[in-house]
Amino acid sequence: MTDIIQKVKNLSIGFRSKKGEEILILKNINTNIKKGETVGIVGESGSGKSTLALAMMGYVKHGLYTIGGECQFNSSNLLKMKSKDLEKIRGRKIAMIPQNAGQALTPNLKIGYQIDEALQLHSDFDEKEREKKISELLNKVRLPSPETIALRYPHELSGGQQQRVAVAMALAGTPDLLLLDEPTTGLDVTTQAHVLELLNFIAKDTGTSMVYVSHDLGAIAQVSDRIIVMYSGEIVLEGPSRDILKSPIHPYTHGLLKSIPKLSLAGLPESMPGSQPQPGTIQSGCSFFDRCNFSDENCKNNSPKLEFLKDLNTSVRCFNYEKLVNASQASQTFNKIKNKSLDKEILNLSEVSISYAKQKLLDQIFNRISDDNPTVKDININIKKGETIALVGESGSGKSTILKSIAGLLRTKDGLIRFDENRNLSSDLKERDPNDLRIIQLIFQNPDESLNPNHTVEEIIAQPLKLYFGLKGEELKKNIIDLLQKVRLGEFYTSRYPRQLSGGEKQRVAVARAFAAKPDIILCDEVTSALDVSVQAAVLNLLQQLKEDFGTTYIFVSHDLAVVRAISDRVAVLYQGRLCEVGPSNDVYKFPSHPYTEVLLGAVLEPDPDIKPKLVAEDIVEERPPEKGCSFQGRCSRILGDICKKEIPPWQLTDSGNAIRCHIPIKELQKEQF
Amino acid sequence: MKLDNIYKEEKKSSFAKLSEIIITMASRPSGLIGLSILVFHIILAFISPYIAPHDFKAIDPTLMLQAPSAEYWFGTDDLGRDVFTRTILGGRTALTITFFGSLIALLWGGLLGIFCGLVGGKIDDVVMRIVDAFLSIPWILAMLLIVSLLGTSTEVLIPALGFFYGKGIVRVARAATHDVIAKDFIVSARARGHSDFSIIWNEIIPNVRDAILVEGAMRWSWMLLGFSSLSFLGFGVSPPTPDWGLMISNARGLMSFAYWAVIAPIVGLSSLIIGINLTADAFAKALGIDRSTKAPV
Repeated sequence: MTDIIQKVKNLSIGFRSKKGEEILILKNINTNIKKGETVGIVGESGSGKSTLALAMMGYVKHGLYTIGGECQFNSSNLLKMKSKDLEKIRGRKIAMIPQNAGQALTPNLKIGYQIDEALQLHSDFDEKEREKKISELLNKVRLPSPETIALRYPHELSGGQQQRVAVAMALAGTPDLLLLDEPTTGLDVTTQAHVLELLNFIAKDTGTSMVYVSHDLGAIAQVSDRIIVMYSGEIVLEGPSRDILKSPIHPYTHGLLKSIPKLSLAGLPESMPGSQPQPGTIQSGCSFFDRCNFSDENCKNNSPKLEFLKDLNTSVRCFNYEKLVNASQASQTFNKIKNKSLDKEILNLSEVSISYAKQKLLDQIFNRISDDNPTVKDININIKKGETIALVGESGSGKSTILKSIAGLLRTKDGLIRFDENRNLSSDLKERDPNDLRIIQLIFQNPDESLNPNHTVEEIIAQPLKLYFGLKGEELKKNIIDLLQKVRLGEFYTSRYPRQLSGGEKQRVAVARAFAAKPDIILCDEVTSALDVSVQAAVLNLLQQLKEDFGTTYIFVSHDLAVVRAISDRVAVLYQGRLCEVGPSNDVYKFPSHPYTEVLLGAVLEPDPDIKPKLVAEDIVEERPPEKGCSFQGRCSRILGDICKKEIPPWQLTDSGNAIRCHIPIKELQKEQF
Repeated sequence: MKLDNIYKEEKKSSFAKLSEIIITMASRPSGLIGLSILVFHIILAFISPYIAPHDFKAIDPTLMLQAPSAEYWFGTDDLGRDVFTRTILGGRTALTITFFGSLIALLWGGLLGIFCGLVGGKIDDVVMRIVDAFLSIPWILAMLLIVSLLGTSTEVLIPALGFFYGKGIVRVARAATHDVIAKDFIVSARARGHSDFSIIWNEIIPNVRDAILVEGAMRWSWMLLGFSSLSFLGFGVSPPTPDWGLMISNARGLMSFAYWAVIAPIVGLSSLIIGINLTADAFAKALGIDRSTKAPV
């Protein structure tokens, strides 16, 4: 076959441990990339997907080495090539688009210069032609007014624009193969949808083959023709993208798809037990054995081979795939959440404004904050005991800022935070008494950072217990073990350090620490976004379980709208630090009424090739909220005119209890759905 | 649940941790050399009074500037004293004073740096400007001033050296604290309402300790050089106590014909400084501070 451009043959990559054991990161990988196709490589962190993608351009990370096999590009093995020869291939034939374009672009060089550099290296154009080519490339990646963009520095562009520049640079050498390593992971939902759409367009337009590496099945579903699913350094499933997403015949993929929250369904997804084994830990049998619902004795002792099924055009590494072939569509069962939210108010934010502006000396002396256009303004939310309220919005919408103020970590400019109907909480930590501090606890996004690396799990959980309840000795130990069991971790975790735990386990420890204080309110700041999908579902289920047991109120911040849909009772949509819409999640998701909510929900990617994101508004990123009028005026596709630019829109109530802040009459808003 | 073997690692006693660090240090050639030199000097400092073949202060004009011989291994100096005896004894004062000096530097510099890093704001600004101001004063001038006012006794030298070498540690400790302070576990401790003291003690010190210790070890070798310079200028150890700096200063003029009197103390001083430097380097590597690669090892 001549149309294969990259052939990976028996590839094994690994490293040597301290004890001299050979530990494999990739185990005997065989795959082909055909001309013009887009292959998605999906897997959880540590599955070896990035290592595989890097090997495809002849690069092996420092510390790792090739144990066997080859990566053939144009029938030469990249892994054995001299760096001189590789230079000729990289950029010209195979180009890479990194995850974080902001870090991949040189900060002190103008965009145009950086693209020019790529062109000088990888093409034979003279200066005039290159100049033309630069604006051509910038046009191709749909950056507005290429002439001005070329003169800007990377920091003057938004994340989405930076990613587009990275795509333009990769296209400079007109490569045959594009490798994309999580290119949309750090971007906002709306931006992500736009970038993916661009990539799709480029794949069609240039006929370039693409290898798209991501943990996000939603993104993979939008771009790829074929999907490779990796687990623990092995390919476990490989086949046409539609078949894999619609009827996965490997238990891991099956479980993975089931554990992803969906926009269309309320309630929590089923979780997969356990976590991916660390490299070097499997002795015998299938690597997925202990998490598998379909396993038997055979799986425990023998490792399955990757088997090609002709009629399905799919390769699968499983003894029992037949059970799944007939199981048809991964029917998703959701655990309906039942919340006993009482009518009693537990937290009330009224007229809260927060400003990050640097204060003038005079204001500093009088200890006041003056800012006419604060980052967060006029936040009024009434939170009931036992409910889960979610704050959603893109980055810069002020959702985390509000959480910080509730926790007392950031002073508010104006407004009151009232707890339990009668107690005003100061927004300054130092002015809160210990009990005020105890009732509100935080869980952070990244458990790597929120647990002190030098403390054992026991010391970590002991902190709030000692601080608030003065526990000591046996009683302390008993409480710690109790909490560990509540978060489904055993007693033997007490003496471990955070670095010895997996991401999900770390987050469970963080959850245990928050619950140790017996709080009334827990603030969850993107608690699942640093976790793998299969682990995310388990943590969400745990949070829900604990909430039912303790009657805690959650204030949940997330950019992932499907997660929010799964866990929350009510949603507050924020744009530029102003509330747009507040209402019961069911209504907000079913009938998104505010123009921004529509944009946001339309852009969500679902792991279903049939559901395409709707790109309504441009993905412009606004630096500051507008001085006057509606906060969303700059991007609104349904803008009425002057009224939106001059007057702050009024709150309107729908019949179902949604509060919407828009000038467009409610009837009108509800009518125009897609 | 399967417990994996290579990632399993239980909490260790501090003694076990220390011995593990030392073994890691000794596993690199440079670390092994550094450690051996340092240990050799420390042992020598302890036993030299008992093994010295001659009296270090016995002056004998008849033996002036003798070349090395079987009786006087390193020869004799201009007053007829045995250079070997004086060399093996010459590191004792310097080692003691600089060891305690660096401990003091480590303590005040480290704590002040952590404090400034944590509180930030105006207090940090003011303190750091004062530290900067001190950094701009040539330390040797300031030391000379202190020594000429208060004398050259150990009680003066240790705190004075400790003070002047601690300024740099303030900066390092502050920077290390800034690295940690933005992490969520500190935010979390703050939000729980822990006191500043508890945050420093429980959350910050365990995470900046290594960086500060390594810096302190580096300072130790610099302080040794500084102290020897003082002695060289005649403001360190007073005669007849043997000291390398002093010995070099005395024998310097006679270098052209009595090279032995100057070479021995130079070798002593340089080897100790090299030893401390190599050890500090290996220490940093063993703690994982200087990591050139991020690959799992």
